[in-house]
Amino acid sequence: MLTLRLTTHSNVPAYVQIVQQVRQALLADVLKPGDQLPTVKDVVSELAINPNTVLKAYRELEREGLVEGRQGVGTFARRRPAGPPPGTQAALTRSLAHWVGTARQAGFDDAGMEGLLRTILMAATDEAIA
Amino acid sequence: MTPSVARLAAQAEPVQESVAVATSGVGKRYGRKWALRDCTLEVPEGRICGLVGANGAGKTTLLKLLVGLARPSTGSVQVLRRPPSDTTAFLRDVGYLAQDVPLYRRWSAADHLAMGANLNPVWDVEATRARLRALDIPLDQRVGTMSGGQRAQVALGLALGKRPRLLLLDEPVAALDPLARREFLATLSAAVADAAGELTVILSSHLVSDLERICDHLIVLAESRTVLAGELDEIVGSHRLLTSAKRDTSSIERQHTVLRTEQTPRQTAVWVRLDGPLHDPSWQNDELSLEEIVLAYLGQRSQPPGVDVSAPSGGQR
Repeated sequence: MLTLRLTTHSNVPAYVQIVQQVRQALLADVLKPGDQLPTVKDVVSELAINPNTVLKAYRELEREGLVEGRQGVGTFARRRPAGPPPGTQAALTRSLAHWVGTARQAGFDDAGMEGLLRTILMAATDEAIA
Repeated sequence: MTPSVARLAAQAEPVQESVAVATSGVGKRYGRKWALRDCTLEVPEGRICGLVGANGAGKTTLLKLLVGLARPSTGSVQVLRRPPSDTTAFLRDVGYLAQDVPLYRRWSAADHLAMGANLNPVWDVEATRARLRALDIPLDQRVGTMSGGQRAQVALGLALGKRPRLLLLDEPVAALDPLARREFLATLSAAVADAAGELTVILSSHLVSDLERICDHLIVLAESRTVLAGELDEIVGSHRLLTSAKRDTSSIERQHTVLRTEQTPRQTAVWVRLDGPLHDPSWQNDELSLEEIVLAYLGQRSQPPGVDVSAPSGGQR
């Protein structure tokens, strides 16, 4: 069963964090079509969060066609979102982990790395527009 | 969309929601002192609503007015579409857990459950026992010898056992360690999930990080008045910290509600509730955490003189 996590030190709303984790689990094949997602009660008992937060996340995933709710049974994974295949995903994760290691050795803290990443993402977006 | 999700989606649509608690211009005076004034708010059914404010801001008074332990000096209170009263019909639907966890220390959890069964027309024996057993709470042990976390769980179990439609909790986790707090809130949230929209909870707490996790609605009281009330997502989404090189803030004040301004020789920082889109890109626009938002509202009325504070419109002095 998929384990969801939640951080309150982030400005990402709780329901978006759940959506992202489920999407990520589907991309990485941790969650396969037909697998059951944790029930709302399971999630709130584990994380002590608001039930509506979980409902909102599952509704969003359903709207994207990634999961489906079956009445009285639960919510199930439906399909993998568009994205790189699991192999590419794993390779990207490895190279990013390597980069984080190098950056940390060079004295960057988490906030510094996030700032750097954001700058590069913005520059890449500007290039794409230009 | 499958039927189950369609049904849940319908529950979350604001238009179809009914209101669990509505107050209009409520004030409560003890002698010459107003404990609460001008309190107008609505809490939709099925929410977990946080109540936050400094000590003495009126949180306990508001909860007592809702459960009928106090009567308003002005205005009107509606709870589950009727004024609070001491009738069985009203009290059956409303659970209230006072600040000091009122249990009989020499009684066991089982004794308390038996009393609950005798006193309440509806009493969910099995679910209550199962809930306490799942938490490894020894049902036969005297409550007085239990840990604070276990006592709080017994008290919550009692409050949930009568299957209330509104549950009012006055600082239920204030005395608990972080793990016991987490377990208490998880039990509460699971009960709300089980009730599928038919249980509304209002809980007061100083721990904004807890409220941020568990609540979807928030009320902030400061100096006996409601300074903020609404959906948590909307509150977080509409408040910003704007910073820039030192400059005049009047254009921001005209369009938005300024909670606090800080001028240093080089920088201007404005805590603001956006009342529309922000047109001026020359301000650096950062999101605020719920804690920062709450602090901005609580600090608003007690700024030391000399600090540049622009109160929002309708500020009361």
